Amino acid sequence: MSITYTDPFHALFQFQQALDSFRASNWLQSSLSGTGTFPPINVFRKGDDVVIITEVPGIPKEKLSIDVKGNTIRIAGSKDAGYGDKASVHRRERLSGSFDRAVTVPVEIDADRVKAECRDGILALYLPRAERDKPRSIKIS
Amino acid sequence: MAQDKELQVREKKELVSKEEKTAPARYYVPTTDIYETADALTVVMELPGVEKEDLDVKLEEDVLRVEARIDFSKYEGLEPLYTEYNVGHFARNFTLSDRIDQQEIAAQLDDGVLTLTLKKAKAAQPRKIAIT
Repeated sequence: MSITYTDPFHALFQFQQALDSFRASNWLQSSLSGTGTFPPINVFRKGDDVVIITEVPGIPKEKLSIDVKGNTIRIAGSKDAGYGDKASVHRRERLSGSFDRAVTVPVEIDADRVKAECRDGILALYLPRAERDKPRSIKIS
Repeated sequence: MAQDKELQVREKKELVSKEEKTAPARYYVPTTDIYETADALTVVMELPGVEKEDLDVKLEEDVLRVEARIDFSKYEGLEPLYTEYNVGHFARNFTLSDRIDQQEIAAQLDDGVLTLTLKKAKAAQPRKIAIT
């Protein structure tokens, strides 16, 4: 199901429901490897390729490291939500710490063409599917 | 500081508001830190995916209202396969107890984090009394 926008007032709601229905779907099967659970990820399909989107507010690019090996992607880094010493705290909800997460996708990806983009606290990883892994249509003779 | 602590996932909280929106989309409560220094109150809010133009900060009476919209058209053409969180607009209000100088509110948005610096009105600042 692809997202289309016919009615702008309902579009976001429909999108939210679509996201809900894929909550921890079995697409990644048991291949959710790695240690941590941060950052939470959403995985999408875009044509033949896979796109992983995650929310990393307050983490600058320099504090993020992305590694790809085979079809495993590792997202690691640290987040510092500190403030000055002289401040008195009213509310403290943001968390600091380090993270290290690995995700194995069940399709073969072309590691050389993986692209990562980080803007406004959103990290997007574009994982192009390897040519040899793409389905080929067979002509019936 | 807490470099060695492993970061935990904080599940997004859906906004339960007294006022209802006409459109059925869900809003979320942005994770917020608030701290106070001698001359200002600083509000730090996590708003991933929000651009400057889609951010609305208002101070009416003593209520600070922040509303932030995400541009979900960026998700067009993407088909969900596996999800762990939902996306939506953000909204949160705070009633301020201190007198704030309405003219001096500074807002900054970096890496999806909004920092609001609300300068206290002169009368509300602690005064040092010299002992003679």
